Amino acid sequence: MDLSPLIAKPTYGSAGETGRWRNYRPVINTELCIKCGECMMYCPEGVISKNLIINYTYCKGCGVCREVCIQKAIVMMPE
Amino acid sequence: MVAVILPGNASCQGCPISMAMRCLDEIENPVLVIPAGCSTVIAGIHPNSAMKCPVVHSPFTAAPSVACGLSEAYKRMGVRANVIAWMGDGAVDISFSALSASAARKDDYITIVVDNEAYMNTGTQASLSTFWKARTTTSPAGKTEERRNIALLMLAHRIEYAATASVGYLRDLKRKFRKAGEMRGFRFIHVHAPCPPGWRFPSEKTVEVARKAVMSGAWILWEYDGEFRLSKEGERYALKENRIPLREYLKQGRFSHLDDKEIEELEKKIDEEWKTILKLF
Repeated sequence: MDLSPLIAKPTYGSAGETGRWRNYRPVINTELCIKCGECMMYCPEGVISKNLIINYTYCKGCGVCREVCIQKAIVMMPE
Repeated sequence: MVAVILPGNASCQGCPISMAMRCLDEIENPVLVIPAGCSTVIAGIHPNSAMKCPVVHSPFTAAPSVACGLSEAYKRMGVRANVIAWMGDGAVDISFSALSASAARKDDYITIVVDNEAYMNTGTQASLSTFWKARTTTSPAGKTEERRNIALLMLAHRIEYAATASVGYLRDLKRKFRKAGEMRGFRFIHVHAPCPPGWRFPSEKTVEVARKAVMSGAWILWEYDGEFRLSKEGERYALKENRIPLREYLKQGRFSHLDDKEIEELEKKIDEEWKTILKLF
């Protein structure tokens, strides 16, 4: 018996393109950024990569990254 | 960057549970047992899954029993896996007798409780760990019952490892996850998880509210691994003069009805809790 249809597969965007939930878009000011990685660690969605590029397809725009940024280098731009 | 939990899942904006789930990377070979709750929604709808590790969805009362059975089966098959019963505070209320029995038997798995202090998935009904006087849909004038300290209760079972953590201090939380993952026996971690829609604060304040809870003394960070100690991040708040005013933490929609007298009462309750904790050394 083929059981593979019964097993759920890991998928990006299991709830769809969650970037569409966003009202505000986080933008990193590279001049102020000191690459401490706080935003990367605290991002609930895990969409900020090691070289600090934000994946806007899945970013929900919660704004946690702006709040934890010590340098205040992230601004929330209205979509 | 690719973690146990994949982006694009169904968690709310600023969700503390998905923040804690990302820290599961610290544990080797995780196998999750998730009773119904917010975490079930985050794990996704068939045939998709937001998790990269095996997930078993279980009924409320059965989560500790399922986790115990799984870990025994893995052991007999010679697979080294860390079975994790990942539950919310609602599931702890409902499965408490199974959890207590499991702790007494010293079953070999990790229990992680992400405590958002109410039954958030069904619409904010008060649970046993809801903060005193907090407004929920089943306590519209503020909760009058006592608040249960589940981590201390589990400690009383003389388990291998017990700890409290907070999503406001992820480095501390990751360290505790790593430590629990390397140990054997019954391990229990209680994670404080401020919920933006349920506690009624803006989604970007999750980390700030979690930190204010620790800084005002409302949430105590400690761990037990044979000896009891306060965690480094929260140690200084044992002295009352180091704490920020409780009023700062109570700036949430669920506490908007409180007056000065009630806040004083809450401060007294927090002092009593600290007194108990400080006697445990």
